[in-house]
Amino acid sequence: MAAPTTPAEIGGIGHSVQRKEDARLIEGQGNFLDDIDLPNTLHMAILRSPLAHARINGIDSEAATALDGVVAVVTGDLMDQHGLAWMPTLSGDTQAVLATDKVRYQGQEVAAVIATDPYIATDALELIEVDYEDLPPITTPQQSLEEGAPLIRDEKEGQTDNLAYTWEAGDQGATEEAFAKADRVVTLETHYPRSHPAPLETCGIVADVNSVTGQATIYMTSQAPHAHRTLFAMVAGLPEQNIRIVSPDIGGGFGNKVPIYPGYVVATAASLLIGQPVKWVESRTENLISTGFARDYYMKGELAVTDEGRILGLRVNMLSVQGAFYSDAQPTQFRAGLFHVVTGSYDFGAAHIDCKGAFTNKAPGGVAYRCSFRITEASYLIERLVQNAAYEVGIDPAEMRLRNFIQPEQFPYETATGFVYDSGDYPTALRTALDELCYEDLRREQAEARAEGRLIGIGIAHFTEAVGAGPSRTYDIAGLKMIDSAELRVHPTGKAILKLGVKTQGQGHETTFAQIVAEVLGIPATDIKVEHGDTDHTPYGLGTYASRSTPVGGAATAVVARKLADKSKKIAAHLLEAADEDIELASGVFSVAGSPDRSVTIQDVALAAYTNLPEGMEYGLEDVTYYDPPNLTYPYGSYIVVVEVDPDTGVWQVQRMVALDDCGVRINPMIVEGQICGGLTEGFAMSAMQWITFDEGGNCIGANFMDYLVPTAWETPRFELLATEVPSPHHPIGAKGVGESATVGSPAAFVNAVIDAVAHLGVRNIDMPVLPDRVWAAIEEAS
Amino acid sequence: MFPSRFDLVVAQTVAEAVEAKVDAGEGGRFLAGGQSLIPMMKMRVAFPETLIDINRIAGLDAIERVNGHLQIGALVRHADLVASDATFGAVAAAAPWVADPLVRNRGTMCGSVAHCDPEGDWNSVLLATGADVIAQGPGGERPIPIADFVDGAFTSTLGEDELVVGLRIPVPSGRSGGSYLKLERKIGDYATVAVASHLELDDSGAISAAGLALTSVNPINTKVADAEALLVGQQPSDELFAEAAELAAAAAEPRDDVRGTAAWKRQVVRTYTKRGLAAAAQQAEGS
Repeated sequence: MAAPTTPAEIGGIGHSVQRKEDARLIEGQGNFLDDIDLPNTLHMAILRSPLAHARINGIDSEAATALDGVVAVVTGDLMDQHGLAWMPTLSGDTQAVLATDKVRYQGQEVAAVIATDPYIATDALELIEVDYEDLPPITTPQQSLEEGAPLIRDEKEGQTDNLAYTWEAGDQGATEEAFAKADRVVTLETHYPRSHPAPLETCGIVADVNSVTGQATIYMTSQAPHAHRTLFAMVAGLPEQNIRIVSPDIGGGFGNKVPIYPGYVVATAASLLIGQPVKWVESRTENLISTGFARDYYMKGELAVTDEGRILGLRVNMLSVQGAFYSDAQPTQFRAGLFHVVTGSYDFGAAHIDCKGAFTNKAPGGVAYRCSFRITEASYLIERLVQNAAYEVGIDPAEMRLRNFIQPEQFPYETATGFVYDSGDYPTALRTALDELCYEDLRREQAEARAEGRLIGIGIAHFTEAVGAGPSRTYDIAGLKMIDSAELRVHPTGKAILKLGVKTQGQGHETTFAQIVAEVLGIPATDIKVEHGDTDHTPYGLGTYASRSTPVGGAATAVVARKLADKSKKIAAHLLEAADEDIELASGVFSVAGSPDRSVTIQDVALAAYTNLPEGMEYGLEDVTYYDPPNLTYPYGSYIVVVEVDPDTGVWQVQRMVALDDCGVRINPMIVEGQICGGLTEGFAMSAMQWITFDEGGNCIGANFMDYLVPTAWETPRFELLATEVPSPHHPIGAKGVGESATVGSPAAFVNAVIDAVAHLGVRNIDMPVLPDRVWAAIEEAS
Repeated sequence: MFPSRFDLVVAQTVAEAVEAKVDAGEGGRFLAGGQSLIPMMKMRVAFPETLIDINRIAGLDAIERVNGHLQIGALVRHADLVASDATFGAVAAAAPWVADPLVRNRGTMCGSVAHCDPEGDWNSVLLATGADVIAQGPGGERPIPIADFVDGAFTSTLGEDELVVGLRIPVPSGRSGGSYLKLERKIGDYATVAVASHLELDDSGAISAAGLALTSVNPINTKVADAEALLVGQQPSDELFAEAAELAAAAAEPRDDVRGTAAWKRQVVRTYTKRGLAAAAQQAEGS
């Protein structure tokens, strides 16, 4: 990787600067949502449906209302009086805020109690009586789309079945032609199970509406405070200048804190009507059963291949399991997110994807759990298919990939689904990872072990992601273009404040974005304060998810810093009595070309910006940039996992995990590695243990951390990290974004490793999570 | 998560605790480590009217060997057992597998035994080693053999006004070994399947006493008496353990659930019984 161009005391790009935010978080001086304690705050608790599908015949809240300390019991009928019983979703559907007619999933919001303390609010929930009339629950998309299935969305005009949407991409005709030429077709049917981002901190809100001024200050666990402000204005009809969203320290988001949830709407309405602040913080169970889930795709992939192992085409048919409402958080034009990236890292001419979304009696959501909109599902499918194709053709899975990779000289490369990949060197990445493992030796050891009755497996995934949404011509959410911003102000003493439209949830923006400014202007990163999350004090932006902060907000930061660098050079020229074009800037020192001892520092220039300007120049050293990216960025990586499977029990253990990532230029290598380790852990979790499932009655299994498993350091394998660095040609600093790469890429590597251990028996699929009973059953069935 | 309202009594002596329980009746619950009770209260699955905190009672925190028995007081935490030199065989093997380090620091062995969760680890260990539960009520102390104590899932034969004050586990005088093999989905999880094994050998190397018990595969922790009977008097061997494993698998009646299928769980019982008995035998032979 490229060496840093600034000295360590400036801490520009490439330095592993210690995270500025850690000290306050570690020492308990962070300020999370539940730490916000305003005078006269009331507490809200939500009554949720115990049933997956039922008609509501009546709600009796009299006893609850009468309980000492209860201020109000809010029902759907009350919300309806204010036109707020339903709200729009991010995918153009509507969602019940509080149920008025039916409940459509277990955990759906039915009523809310506002009380003087949270204990009383919870006590009162037990006193509300709801008269439910059972309806048959639908838990699978197959049931949902059957002829004559009970209609879930009977309130929706024109809706006569349970189909939420249809979507297709690619070229069907060209794909059929490719399949006609194939020597064989390799098919994989697999379910990517429903999972949940499960951030350490659950979602919550403190809504504080001033009954006199109408000023609404809303503290909210929000990954996208500006977008939320605008949506609040549009949905609730509040004047936007009176809405201030403050997203304080966030204990993890992973996509869970992108949507607007019914609880936010009820708490805000309650504060408006009562005239006191209302606080609502979800319990863990509420978070897991009702807020944005992820994945839940039934996918059938077919790969057309030749006997030489060349891929000719790809066909995908899939069923997307929506909950009761279609509320995927994704760009408007993308019904199944950026699933287009399913062509992966491979050079072939034809692909076609056909997708149906089905309503079910399960929680709505469809958030991108540490993923850029359905990229995880797509990447998983192609990497599983390619591995299986290698078995069928009879060549090594690594060789299969090397034969089909897009070559470095083919970039920019337009895929069969129309994405234009920016840059990469896939063969070098895979070969580097293979060499690290001594792959040939490992294959030999695998064969020897097999002869002794031991099962070793080696799984590869070479993923390509599409992140950094996105160019305004294509990308918007609910009409809001997916641009982002940065505002930079340098004070007279040379210290700076950088204000961002994006919002950290642990990614380390307060450190890394300061490093971008340090790189450009040479102001030490420690002298730059980064502000974000408060809509009154930061410029507009669409927020942090889809690995978009660095590709979009980071680009804005580099551009605004360069604008100030340009102005600074003019001031320096004035101070040095030189021509503007002769001024050179390096690590915060402005010098005259050819006379390096004639120089001033950025600190000198900052002071001059307020005290000693060239004729006609405006005072100050600040600017703002709104950045509209020309393209997405396409990080990639080669992950290889080695496992040993216990043939008697199906239990598998990771022996090694090598992860090579290429995310372009790394701003802070330490933070990048931290992101990768976290993502690999989440990928391991999904492949090994983590899922939300439902019984036939629609009861959610996985409603607490006893059943929804989050691995600890004990279960998590040791990761061996490698890097290559092919910059993005269109990003101002060549960075691509890395927050989600490892979650996207690693599940296929883990699953492929287990399959590889038993592939000689003929096993080609075990659905995630790859639980030991499934492995054992697959072995039994095959032998 | 907010529990419903309750009263708190902090007992200074066992007598005070028992008296408080008599007063509180059915609505009273003892609080030791609270690692099962408090989560149940938070989720409003349990609503005790009175909590009787026994943590301040002196003298209940000892692990000691007395008259050929290992005695464990009601306030001994799982972590104390992990650290103790006084434990042996299956007891020592199981201790680090109970829950996770946080729960082990606070939760008590006696509390776990009294809770009678069929997915709990300790009752299998006690069944395999033939332990007694010591209960104290208004009329004094009485030992209850563990097999009589465990009555059903989450129910025991403990009287309504009795407190579990300790456990008494016989310590083998000759060569012995034990093991506890547990399959869990992650650290801190309940067992999907676990097998407690205990073997004692006579001078000829034959098995003179055997204990075998299963966790999480029946409505209660299950002693596999026919396997124990089969083992006694025999020389340890892979064939013998395989035969015992078949009996253990037959004694297991697991259910299909999110942890796995019944057929697979039975297979794990079979495998872990074989491996567990072999490990116990190896330890006994080396002792």
